[in-house]
Amino acid sequence: MSVSSEQVRHIAKLARIGMSDAEIDALVPELNNILGWVEQLAEVNTDGVEPLTAVIEQKLRLREDQITDGNIREAVLANAPEAQHGFFAVPKVIE
Amino acid sequence: MSEITSKTIAQLRDGFRSGEFTAREIAESFNAAVAAAKALNAYTVETPEDALAAAYAADEARGSGDLPSLAGIPLGIKDLFATRGVDTTAGSNILKGFKPPYESTVTANLRKAGAGMLGKLNMDEFAMGSSNETSAYGPVISPWRRKGSNVGLTPGGSSGGSAAAVAADLAPGVTGTDTGGSIRQPAAFVGITGIKPTYGRCSRWGVVAFASSLDQAGPMAKTVRDCAILLEAMAGFDPKDSTSLDLPVPNWEAGLSSDLRGKRVGIPKEYRIDSVPAEINALWDRGIEWLKDAGATPVEISLPHTKYALPTYYIIAPAEASSNLARYDGVRYGLRESGCDGLDGMYKATREAGFGAEVKRRIMIGTYVLSAGFYDAYFTKAQKVRALIKQDFARAFEQCDVILTPTAPSAAFGIGETTDPLAMYLNDVFAVPASLAGLPAMSVPGGLDEQGLPLGLHLIGNELDEQTVLNAGLAIEERAGFTARPEKWW
Amino acid sequence: MADAGAPFRIKGDTGEWEVVIGLEVHAQITASKAKLFSGAATAFGAEPNTQVSLVDAAMPGMLPVPNRECIRQAVRTGMALDAKINRWSRFDRKNYFYADLPQGYQISQLYYPLVGEGAIEVLADEKDESSAKTIGIERIHVEQDAGKLMHDQHPTMSYVDLNRCGVALMEIVSRPDMRSPAEAGAYLRKLRSILRYVGSCDGNMEEGSMRADVNVSVRKPGDEFGTRTETKNVNSVRFVMQVIEHEARRQVELIESGGGVAQETRLFDPDKGVTRSLRSKEDAHDYRYFPDPDLLPLELDEAFLEDCRKSIPELPDAKRKRYELMGISPYNASVLTAEVETAGWFDALLANDVDPKQASNWVVAELFGALNRLGVSIAESPVSPAHAAGLLKLVSDGTISGTIAKTVFEKMLDSGDPADVIVEREGLKQTSDTGAIDAEIDKILAANADKVEQYKAGKQQLFGFFVGQTMKAMAGKANPQVVNERLRAKLG
Ligand SMILES: [Mg+2]
Ligand SMILES: [Zn+2]
Repeated sequence: MSVSSEQVRHIAKLARIGMSDAEIDALVPELNNILGWVEQLAEVNTDGVEPLTAVIEQKLRLREDQITDGNIREAVLANAPEAQHGFFAVPKVIE
Repeated sequence: MSEITSKTIAQLRDGFRSGEFTAREIAESFNAAVAAAKALNAYTVETPEDALAAAYAADEARGSGDLPSLAGIPLGIKDLFATRGVDTTAGSNILKGFKPPYESTVTANLRKAGAGMLGKLNMDEFAMGSSNETSAYGPVISPWRRKGSNVGLTPGGSSGGSAAAVAADLAPGVTGTDTGGSIRQPAAFVGITGIKPTYGRCSRWGVVAFASSLDQAGPMAKTVRDCAILLEAMAGFDPKDSTSLDLPVPNWEAGLSSDLRGKRVGIPKEYRIDSVPAEINALWDRGIEWLKDAGATPVEISLPHTKYALPTYYIIAPAEASSNLARYDGVRYGLRESGCDGLDGMYKATREAGFGAEVKRRIMIGTYVLSAGFYDAYFTKAQKVRALIKQDFARAFEQCDVILTPTAPSAAFGIGETTDPLAMYLNDVFAVPASLAGLPAMSVPGGLDEQGLPLGLHLIGNELDEQTVLNAGLAIEERAGFTARPEKWW
Repeated sequence: MADAGAPFRIKGDTGEWEVVIGLEVHAQITASKAKLFSGAATAFGAEPNTQVSLVDAAMPGMLPVPNRECIRQAVRTGMALDAKINRWSRFDRKNYFYADLPQGYQISQLYYPLVGEGAIEVLADEKDESSAKTIGIERIHVEQDAGKLMHDQHPTMSYVDLNRCGVALMEIVSRPDMRSPAEAGAYLRKLRSILRYVGSCDGNMEEGSMRADVNVSVRKPGDEFGTRTETKNVNSVRFVMQVIEHEARRQVELIESGGGVAQETRLFDPDKGVTRSLRSKEDAHDYRYFPDPDLLPLELDEAFLEDCRKSIPELPDAKRKRYELMGISPYNASVLTAEVETAGWFDALLANDVDPKQASNWVVAELFGALNRLGVSIAESPVSPAHAAGLLKLVSDGTISGTIAKTVFEKMLDSGDPADVIVEREGLKQTSDTGAIDAEIDKILAANADKVEQYKAGKQQLFGFFVGQTMKAMAGKANPQVVNERLRAKLG
């Protein structure tokens, strides 16, 4: 499989990264080069192989249902580029 | 007092405890060295007051017999670790000015052990790189230079600032992180020691995520013993990390022994690559001899899927990264660029301005391999091959106790010399398989190449068997007699 | 209310259309104190961003750790819906950018949900057993809720409150088995009732604890499924039924006017009662699901499942059957079991060994009537189950007549006193004292000699007149049986 500049534009949109046409055109061969290289995995016979789920075998632990966090609004908002009246503020969203 | 900075952690610990010098003298020596080494660009933030505060506490506690293990020892911290109130940016513009209201578990453990912080260490942006050239702060310059040349070399990456700091005596020890070789390759490039423990030994809580199923913190220092001392302090079960191993931390330092009688050293035939310089394969052979001399028996082993490790890594790591880095959106912290059309415009402008080229490249790859219609062909396939790679190691460890390979396929290269991304990725060809399998692995200095640059040897152990890795590393350290130091030019 | 007899159809120019409905209900796990993956509180209505942990705000390096209680409640809910519980499930990341989603992904379960197939029995028409139908449940998965956006606080900015962000949701996905707004309404009410019996979700739709994504398509009866639209986050049963009506008509008009239905996400406008396309969510619609590498597969052991199983209460259907076996009418049984509080009150009443049939009629007719008048819930009823039992016993043992009982109940409502005390105080006991009754009868017969003549001449229907007069004279307190006997005797 090889990607077109339309696909790269679509991927950039999915990833929310602004890109000029020039940047996109520059990325097309780079991505194709890398993708062409990773596609050598197709050679590997993986019939009946389960995809790896946990790199070191262990069970998922479950937490007890206790309120141990919260009430730290100052800390939560401290680094916000824009916070108003205890909220994060973002450019208006029109639904 | 200047030679305080050339001491190992073990020597500083003993000298401080015996009263040969004070913790304050140690901190001041390193603070001075850091302040005088701006040319290396190893530190992104300097925190001399933090190092001094810990030193004062250590000097006061000194009388009271029971000092914590790192009392009086100042450390450098990779900028990937959240440090409360101190800029934590993962080497990226998108986290510019971010001061975490929290402390990573690993650095909190180090502080509990009495360590102070000299500063935050430069790194490849979000740990994506093998040369430290992707950092928003500019590249770290290796203290090492080729014989008779003053071309700036890379210290490797992504823990390049960490590596340079130890090699240039700007810290006796540092934290690094290793996703696909980011501790081991830089350690090899600058002639120091670094270990990545078993996945889950060190908590990932508070460490800026690159690829969650691969990221693992570890120490870098001058010696194997120093790595053991630091790893003991860093590791430990953390209920805040669902992938943290609920196991006691072994007493690795006490367990150190270079007597390898009865141990079998696996030599994987797939790691013999012709394109690798002869002197690297020659060093590998010397390494085998050293381990034999320590009593170990070499056995040839096969890791058949080795050649597929890098491609597997470059699907899984970018895929996880594309999702892990989605939180950098200009809403709650870090950079915000107001774009043209509302919220989406803000996202695009912020991420365009905030991320560097390599990070964008990997987000793009990761987004692509997860996107509709490609998920199974790329991601699921890669997780299957990853299972096979893990299986290769499981089989190998039925025949051997530890595996020896070169750390990297080359010595340090010049800044700007490697421009092709793929060529850069190939730096980690020997390091990545152990990362995919979550195994403990370490690099120890083996010698210099004919240009006078350090080369490292790479030891891979079985799950949870850091001790055998450390012991084999110690055996090499004792026999390699690597004493070369970079000539100070900064 | 659609007549369950005839199937629901949309009449178009080209003939009749059938509507096909599937519901994805997001039910908040209100039973847990803390969030799904963080230790922050879940309580509704707190100050903005005060119930937010560093994990919920997706600070760099923060990690999720699952809450046992949330998993337990989802498993109990699955068991209550006779669903398959998957001992091995997994969390996946659903990736998309939005201001209410700090991580840039929602932790959900696409590939291996916690709960598999189940079913719900519904009655589209409560009064009509023949409207009974089984609606299939496809799956239930556990996932994080998002934060809240406020658009009306600032001219150019939207405000983000993350209090709800990370609260545990169960997404309960039905099969496309519903064919009318009435069936969809009945399904939602029944699901809500079961969730409230189980206690996993309080079913409070006003506070958003329950929201439905409504999938609607139309087809000519017997044809293949048509293209569906999904109307998101509809927060009342009435609105869901409106959405279905509106969407079905809109789609029929589209198709019949030669256009096609676009598979899209839509939004309901409760004020206008219409749905509109939600383009903002449409573009770049690719969620890139993959297993969350911060979490391991979720494996449940038998002990955990057994603990869940043991904790499941008697559910509405079982309760209803039990009531019917006690001789309670199907209608009363369904009314009494619909709400967990009502059933609880009624069970408490039955515990005082009253006659179930008599008790159910009294609750449905008298108590409900009174509570409606007072505008209070059954939980706030001024008359306790024990006091109600006291009243019913006085009637069944003949101490007071049904008529007097109504008076006594009114007095109980305003005084809160037990029935026997009131009857005693006001002397409302019914009398069987033949002496007193004979005395009154003699007066009445004497005063109505003419009617007595007519009666004896064969005008039998006058008997009722004599009874009425006697009861009146005795202020309703005479025992009707005795009055009848004595009259017959005296009139010969
Ligand atoms: Mg949905
Ligand atoms: Zn959902």
